[in-house]
Parts: sequence; structure tokens; C-alpha cells
Amino acid sequence: MYNPTVARLTYRALLGRRRAAILFVLPALLIVISVAVRSFSGADDQVAADLLGSFALATMVPLIGVIAGTGAIGPEIDDGSIVYLLAKPVKRSTIIFTKLIVAIAVTMAFSAIPTLIAGFILNGNGQQIAIAYTVAALVASIAYAAVFLLLGTVTRHAVVFGLVYALVWESLFGNLVPGARTLSVQQWSLALAQKIGENDVISSDVGLPLAVVLLVGVTVAATWYAGQKLRTLKLAGEE
Amino acid sequence: MTTIDIDHTSRWFGNVVAVNDVTMTIGPGVTGLLGPNGAGKSTLINMMGGFLAPSTGTVTLDGEQIWRNESVYKKIGIVPEREAMYDFLTGREFVVANAELHGLGAREAGQALATVEMEYAQDRKIQTYSKGMRQRVKMASALVHNPSVLLLDEPFNGMDPRQRMQLMNLLRRMGAEGRTVLFSSHILEEVEQLASHIEVIVAGRHAASGDFRKIRRLMTDRPHRYLIRSSDDRALAAALIADPSTAGIEVDLKEGALRIQAVDFGRFTTLLPQVAQANGIRLLTVSPSDESLESVFSYLVAA
Repeated sequence: MYNPTVARLTYRALLGRRRAAILFVLPALLIVISVAVRSFSGADDQVAADLLGSFALATMVPLIGVIAGTGAIGPEIDDGSIVYLLAKPVKRSTIIFTKLIVAIAVTMAFSAIPTLIAGFILNGNGQQIAIAYTVAALVASIAYAAVFLLLGTVTRHAVVFGLVYALVWESLFGNLVPGARTLSVQQWSLALAQKIGENDVISSDVGLPLAVVLLVGVTVAATWYAGQKLRTLKLAGEE
Repeated sequence: MTTIDIDHTSRWFGNVVAVNDVTMTIGPGVTGLLGPNGAGKSTLINMMGGFLAPSTGTVTLDGEQIWRNESVYKKIGIVPEREAMYDFLTGREFVVANAELHGLGAREAGQALATVEMEYAQDRKIQTYSKGMRQRVKMASALVHNPSVLLLDEPFNGMDPRQRMQLMNLLRRMGAEGRTVLFSSHILEEVEQLASHIEVIVAGRHAASGDFRKIRRLMTDRPHRYLIRSSDDRALAAALIADPSTAGIEVDLKEGALRIQAVDFGRFTTLLPQVAQANGIRLLTVSPSDESLESVFSYLVAA
């Protein structure tokens, strides 16, 4: 199911592109803001939860998910270099699964680890806030990577669609239309954070059982469909 | 002995028919897929390479369906026309990665790089390579698992004469070893120099098939049209029409030239200077007026 050569090529392609700069910029920004907040207002649980909730989980994780998920396959399909992977006796599902693992690992590394560090800077993991948001970021990384990897296989405008989903749907609609929050990776992962965090300092609009079902369901369905799309990927059409 | 069978295969994109009811068998040796740009050569090669499903008909490798069948890549090596590779890798890293995807390793990659004579630049990043070097590394990546079928889409595009010669020698050798080598080209001379067997595709249709002499004859035996200006057009016209190699002559008063239709290309080209010299006529312009590939190919379709 996992091919180390596909993984190596994907890592190098992902981290070697200019786009990858955002992977470093966003976590650095989170840490800088956390240091500034801590030094100006001291350790405050509510401030910590607000910053991790609104910046780390609602903005940084999906953005990094978009870059890692779409970047793990989109550029190769766009420029046609994926032909070197497809013209091999390697199952297409193996290619997708490997790329998913890479996208998840990159998203986790660049979003969950900085979230943990920021949480400890902000209030020293008081009320388990750092751990809760880190777990949420880890879980969200899996779902985002799967969804955005699928986007990368179905459209050439994966980054645009990814950004629209991450920023417009999750942030804007999520704030305006309560129903939209039920269909939001952010809210599903918050359900886990809520369970871990103490004294109801973190809240989610979705119950934990439903959140788990949706997270698993979306991840599995997106990965399966991406594999199907890759099996019938047409590289021709220039003529 | 590996053969690719294309059986009554068509492929359309929306309303555009790219390949129209083509039937052909590609066997061992070097086969040239010849046709003008946009004729459907890439579409055909993409179907043979398993990157495109036929709309109707079948494309098989030794009887096995190629579309949605990853196992055929054990036998097929593909050199795509597109430039994009993993440019951030070195040549060696790229070929090793291709070898690993076949379950092979650095030894086979080294052999493939040696075959295409790219060892000297194997540790340079691909993004620094010239077109010809890229082409050779693509070849190495396609050869790394010693495939019995090699598909190359316009492999000579953008290559300089020396690189072209090298690649031709390599492909000849592959063909002589009994591999099934198919390459596409829109340049007749390229195909003629290399392919023992030629398949001609024009406007999505299979226009001709056979060895290059047969195709060449079909191409050269057609009426050739020339526009000729001379010091005495009418005298030249009278002298030329007496020979059976000329089928018709029109005196174009507006252009101040002769429009000549020759039926025997070889004979006419020798006759023209002789006749001019014998009659003391100076030839000022001799230009073929329908030498474009498209007209040659469209003649083939009609043949």
C-alpha cells in the first residue's frame, strides 16, 4: 500500500517548491504571535483557546492542508510528470495512499507541532488547551490532506477550491450559517478538542460520535475516490 | 515477441474525432508512426501507453487489455513528448527512482544511463539539462526495466543532428534486438531513416501501412505541381509538354509564370534542366507549389 519511492519523490516535490515557503511562514507567525501575546497579557486560558482556535485550527491547519494536499499530486498532474509514476507496475491506489501519507505527515508536522509549541508558550498547557488543540490539529490534518489530495486529482484549480473551502466555507459561512458548521472539518476536530480540554473552555457544534464518523467517512471516501480518479486519469488531450 | 494490437479503435474528445476506426498491429522491429501535426499520433500512442481509453474498439498488448491494467508496464517503456520531469532531481536520482518503481535498483539505473551515454552528466540536476539530454534521460528511465515494447512520442523534436543520430542508432539497436519500438514523427525523412515499417495517420485515419519504399513511392508518384519562371516561358512549356513526365501546363499571365503538373517526379526533375539548357532557356524560378506535408499526406489519404 505504501511505496517509499513515491513518498520520496512527493516529499522532495512538496518541500522543494516556492509554495512551500508558506509551510514555514504560517507556523512561524503563530509562534511569534504567541510569544507577543504571552509577554503582553500573561498566561490567560481564554486568550490561549481563542488564538489556537481562530488562528491555528481555523486558518493555519486548513491552509497548510491545502498546500500539502493539493501540492502532493496537483503539480505532477498539471505538468504531466505523473506519467513516470503511472507508467509503472504500481497500483494507482498505492500511489494515492502513499501521497496521502506524505500530505498528512507534512500537514501534521507544519501545523500540529507549532500548535503544541504555541499552546505551551501561551499558557503552559493550562486546562489541557495545548494538547487539546494539538490533537484537533492532528486529526484535522488527516481529513484535510485527504480532501485536498482528492481536489488535486479532480481539478486543475485545486488550490483555489481548497482556499475557498478553507477560508470561505469554514470561516465565513461557519460564522454566519450555523448549519454549515456541521459540515466542517474544523468543527469535527474541535469535538475531540472539547473532550480533552477542561472546564468547557473549548466547544464544538458537533457531537463527538458524529464527528468521528464524519472524519473517518470523509477521509476514507476522499482517498478511495482519488484512487479511482487516478486509475482513469487521462493525460492526453493536447491534440 | 511482443505485439500491440489496435482493433477498430476510435477516440473522440467531445465533438472532435482524434482517431477514427484505426486497425493496426505493431510488431517487433522499429515502426514509425508518421503523420502531420494534429493527425492523432499522440492520441494513438497514449492509448497504446494506457493513458487514454479508446472510445470504441480495443488496444491490447499480447492479447491483454492495456487500459486500466498496470501490469502491462512490466513490458512497456514510455518516452513521453512532454518536457516535464522531476526537474529538482539529478539525472541519476530520476533514473534510480524509475528503477525502484519497477522493483529494481541503482545497478539497472546505471546500466540504462550508460546505454544512453549520460553518465557524464548524471549528477547534474535535470533542470540544467539541454533538450537532448532530457530526451536521453527519459530514454534511460524507459529502458531501465529492459522492456520488450518501447513507445516514443516525437522523440526527435528539438534535438540537434548529433543527438538525433545517437538516438536513431540506439533505437535501431533496440529494434534489431527484437524489441517492439514505435515512435511518432511528422517528418518523413526521420521515419524513412529509422523505421523498417511505417504506419501513416492523417486526420485520425489510418492512411497507409508498409515499408518506407512503398510509402515513398505513394508520396513521390503523385502529381507534383511547380511554379516556374524562365527567360522564355512558352518555349519551355512546348518543350516540356512533349515529354510524358509532364501532364499539364498552364501559362499564368497574371503571375508571369508557368504552372506545371508533373506525373513522374524523378524523370521531370532531371528533364527540366536538360530541356532548358538544350533550348537556351534560363530558369529564373523553380518552386514546388504543393510540397507542404499536409498536401503530401492528403494525397496519401486519397490514394
